[in-house]
This record gives sequence, C-alpha cells and structure tokens, in this order.
Amino acid sequence: MTEAAVEARSARKEYGAGDKKVRALNDVSLVINKGEFFTLLGPSGCGKTTLLRLIAGFESPTSGMILLGARDISTMAPYDRPVNTVFQSYALFPHLSVADNIGFGLAMQGTPKAQVDARVAEMLALVKLEAFSERRPQQLSGGQQQRVALARALAPEPEVLLLDEPLSALDLKLRKEMQLELKRLQSETGITFVFVTHDQEEALTMSDRIGVMRDGSILQIGGPREIYNKPVNRFVADFIGETNVLTGTVETGGVRLPTGDVIAVDNLDAAAQGSKVSLAVRPEQVRIGDGALSARVAETVYFGTDTHCHLRMSDDTEVVARMQSPPSGDTGLHEGQQVSFDFVPGAVRVLED
Amino acid sequence: MARNKSFSVTTLPGFTAIALTTFVLLYAPIVTMVIYSFNDSESVALWGGFSIRWYVEAWDNTQVQQATVRSLVIAVSAAFISTTVATMAALGTTRRGRFKGQTLIYVMINQPLMVPEIVTAVALLIFFASIKVATGYTGLAYLILAHSAFCVPFAYLPIRARLEGMDLALETAAADLYARPWQTFRHVTLPLMMPGIAAGAMLAFVISLDDVIITEFVKSAGQDTLPTYMLGQLRRAVTPEVNAISTALLALTVLLLTAFFILNRKRD
Repeated sequence: MTEAAVEARSARKEYGAGDKKVRALNDVSLVINKGEFFTLLGPSGCGKTTLLRLIAGFESPTSGMILLGARDISTMAPYDRPVNTVFQSYALFPHLSVADNIGFGLAMQGTPKAQVDARVAEMLALVKLEAFSERRPQQLSGGQQQRVALARALAPEPEVLLLDEPLSALDLKLRKEMQLELKRLQSETGITFVFVTHDQEEALTMSDRIGVMRDGSILQIGGPREIYNKPVNRFVADFIGETNVLTGTVETGGVRLPTGDVIAVDNLDAAAQGSKVSLAVRPEQVRIGDGALSARVAETVYFGTDTHCHLRMSDDTEVVARMQSPPSGDTGLHEGQQVSFDFVPGAVRVLED
Repeated sequence: MARNKSFSVTTLPGFTAIALTTFVLLYAPIVTMVIYSFNDSESVALWGGFSIRWYVEAWDNTQVQQATVRSLVIAVSAAFISTTVATMAALGTTRRGRFKGQTLIYVMINQPLMVPEIVTAVALLIFFASIKVATGYTGLAYLILAHSAFCVPFAYLPIRARLEGMDLALETAAADLYARPWQTFRHVTLPLMMPGIAAGAMLAFVISLDDVIITEFVKSAGQDTLPTYMLGQLRRAVTPEVNAISTALLALTVLLLTAFFILNRKRD
C-alpha cells in the first residue's frame, strides 16, 4: 500500500484579471507517493514550475487543493511547510559560508547550535564538500554550488524535496554526474523528490514516475518505460524521444495504411471500424530487411553509435529507422535503394489526438 | 581602420595633457590649503615658516569646539534619521515590479537633489520661523530635521542600487527554509543591504557636515556649525586657523571613506 506524500486536487492557478487572465494550471489532479522520485516534464510554460510553486507555498491555488500527506496546505505559508526547494538559480546566500547556508533552515527552526553543527557536518559529508565548509558560495564552481543547494534543502529533513530544473545550468558531463548523484541521494535519504525539467532524457533516467505536462494540464502519468513505449497522444510521443507518426484506417485485424498495407496494432480495442487513426512507432522498432512493407531509402544519417535511415513509402510517408552502426560504419544502404521493412510486434500504437 | 579595435578615449591626442591639467586644477588648491595650514604667519597668503600654532589655536578656541560638537551631533543624528527613512523608502520602492506613480515617487524622494538649495533654505526659514513663534522652542532639532530631510536622497540612492541588484529568489529561499518574514529580513535582506546602508549613512554624514546654505538660514543665534563658523570668520580677518579647520575636516572625510572602502573590500 503506497502512501501519498503530495496530492493536488483540481488545482487551478490563474494570473491577472479580466481579459488578461492567464490560466497557468488547469484543474490538475495528481498523487505523488511517499519516497518516490517524481518528475514533472514539459516544455517551458506548461505549468510545471507553477505546480511546484504551489507545493512549495510561494503561490496559493486560485481554486482546488494541495495536500501534504492528509493535510490541506493550500493556504499555509512556505515557512510552515515541511517542504524544501532546490532553486534553478540555487539562490545560495552570498553573505553566509557554505556551512551557514546548509544550517540556515535548522537555525531558523530554532534547533540548538550543537545539533545544527552535527547535521551540517553530516550533510557536508553526504555531498562530499567537507573541505569547503568555510568558503563563500561564490568561491565554488557551479557543480559545487549545486551540491550546497541540495545539502541546504535536505538538511531540515523535509517530507518532500522540490527541484526546479536544478541541472539546467551545468554542462553536459557534470549534468550526467549530478543525475546519478541525485538518484543516489534520493535512495539514501528516502525523501520524496519532485523534480521539474524540460529534458526528456533526464526525466527518463532518474524518475520512478513521470507526469508529462502541456498548457497547464497533465497529459500522462506513468513510469519511464510506459511513457516512452506507450505514449497516450501525439504530443507525448513527440516530446519524449523521436517517433514516427503514421495515419491509417481501422479494419478487422489491424490498420490499413494509405499504401494499402495492413499492419497489426497493439491497442486497437477502443477504435471503431473504419475510423481514421494516428499511429506511433519508435525508430528503433523499425527493422529493415525481410518485411511485409516496402520503401525506398531517401537518406542515411550517421550519428556514431546509431545510423538513422529515412525510408519513403509509396505514398510519400516517411519512416525513420534507427539501427546500430556496424563496425565499418557502413550500413550497406544507399539512397534510392528499394528495401523491405517491418515493425517489431507490439511496437505500433494508436495515439489520441 | 581596424574594425575590431573599439573606441578608446585614452588614445585621443592630448589625453594625457588634459587629464593632468584636470588633476592639477582639482588638487592644487587643496594641497595649497593644507600647506598653508602649517603657516606660522598671521596671513593666509604669506608664508612665515612651519608651525602647528593654528591647529593649537583652533583646538583651544571654545567657539570652534562648540561648533565642532554641534556639527557632529547634527551630522550623526541626520545621518541616522535619513538613513533609516531612506532604507524604508528603498524597501518600499524596489521590492516589487513597476507600479503606477513610481517615477513620481522617485522624483519626490530625490527632490532635494533637484530643487535649488537656496529655495529649500528660504522655505525652511519661513516654515520653522512660524513654529518657533508658536512654540518658543529654538533648539538644535530644527537643524537636525532640516539636515535629515536633505540627506535622504544621498542615503537613498546607494541603498536602492544595492537592493535592485539583490536576487529576490534569496528571500523566497529563506521563506522556504522556515524563516518567518522578520527572520528573512533580519538574516537575509538586512545583511545583504548593509554595504548600501553604510555607504548611504556615510554620504549623508559627509553632506550634513559640509552644509552651509540651509544651516545658515535655519540656525538660531549661537548655533554655528563648523562651516558657518568658518564663513563668519571670513567676514573678519582671515587667519590660517580656517586652513587648519578645513584640513582637519578633510582628514576626517578621507579617513571615513578609507574605512568604508576597506570594510567593503573585506566583505566581498
């Protein structure tokens, strides 16, 4: 039985008034479980940061409710909520040492100094910054500042840790390191993490579950594999990884493509006979050679580990196939060549629009 | 023309000559004044040998002593009051987005910088005169109030500049870390404003210490400050005592600014 750490019930947030009213969050309902690494994923302006600010208490919902455990915290001030935030800009206090930054939350709660010091030492060890306790934040590198921000937010042992695109300011290599580091911290502390990002790869690598957002609404919630392999609609399919979108008409036993071929589709139950549907299939689920479908090679693009082969079917629909590059780097496919191909069974899915 | 070379004023012909002339014009009179404060003769223009007799005389002069104490009391009070007011004004005008009437409020706060001082002086003279008549009170409070008022913009500008450069996320972060609003102010906002407040207070102190026009108009009988005392001396025979007092004032100002500079350097 999983317990809810945070819950949003029809949470709505509107800014401005009258004609200029903007709805940033559109009656979002969501349950985040205790001890979970939950990611809110979406493009900028999708409402993910607004939802985070509602949980932190920097904003209060226009209507609806935010619950922490079983408590309604919708109107509770941020300093009364056992929730801490890692800010995108880190927001470390420049006039305080690293140790005082980390101890700030506990000191404000009136924790005795000896206890604060012990906890700070523990946190410094956790983020491996023992040698830097007396430095000022501005004397640290971006990655180190990031760790201080994490330690500062974790020190008061919040029920929920909110992370607002904390890795976006780091370079690629450091970002990869910090992704693993975050995952480690989360499993070591067992604290519920709510992570906001627009980076789908980041979301897939770190999360237990992902909520994909767009225009103030949550489109799909699920584990990384589910979100990637079973996107509910075209937006989710497109936003998370690359995808081929095909159209066709539903028939018994599959979907008839404009080329006349009929292909098997996994989740066809709901779709009515004769109706038009959109289909999604990932490039790595397209297999060239010995298939029932045929196409002409339009282009091959070399990516190092992978090669993308753009196939054009007789009705001009383009399908991208991703294959692992052979040791020679040459796939043996060349422009204009006629090939036959197929989709891996179970890989083609109907999309909602 | 080399396209990647940006315009630099230092490469213009005559730059060095102009710069040097400017510095000479700025500092030669001050240097002369300082040198002649050690003049042994009665004249401010004729050199009569080295001596510190005018410093001793100024030090022993009860009028100078009283004027100095008065100047310091007024300057310290005015600096304190104006900095407090300016801090609140800066907090009120910067901790939010642009609002209606913002420019008007800026102009109103900075009024003493724009209205000719003599106008303020006359206005205060008339205003305070009626209060003096009504209440019979003729103490230093009028001067302290007047100085506090015209010192506000000098204190306000550095504090506002400091606040505008401050990341608002820091206060959000403090609130997130269990700091109640007053704790946030005490532990985050105020310490971060401090360099601005110190700069503002120092500026206000120096401006008040230096004021002649408004003081001359507002002061009651026997309320000379150091600058108005010196102005009074000029009407009689001028002795190098004036040089000595000026040099002492200069030394005080330089000392204050140096202290401020060192403090600020340490902080960052």
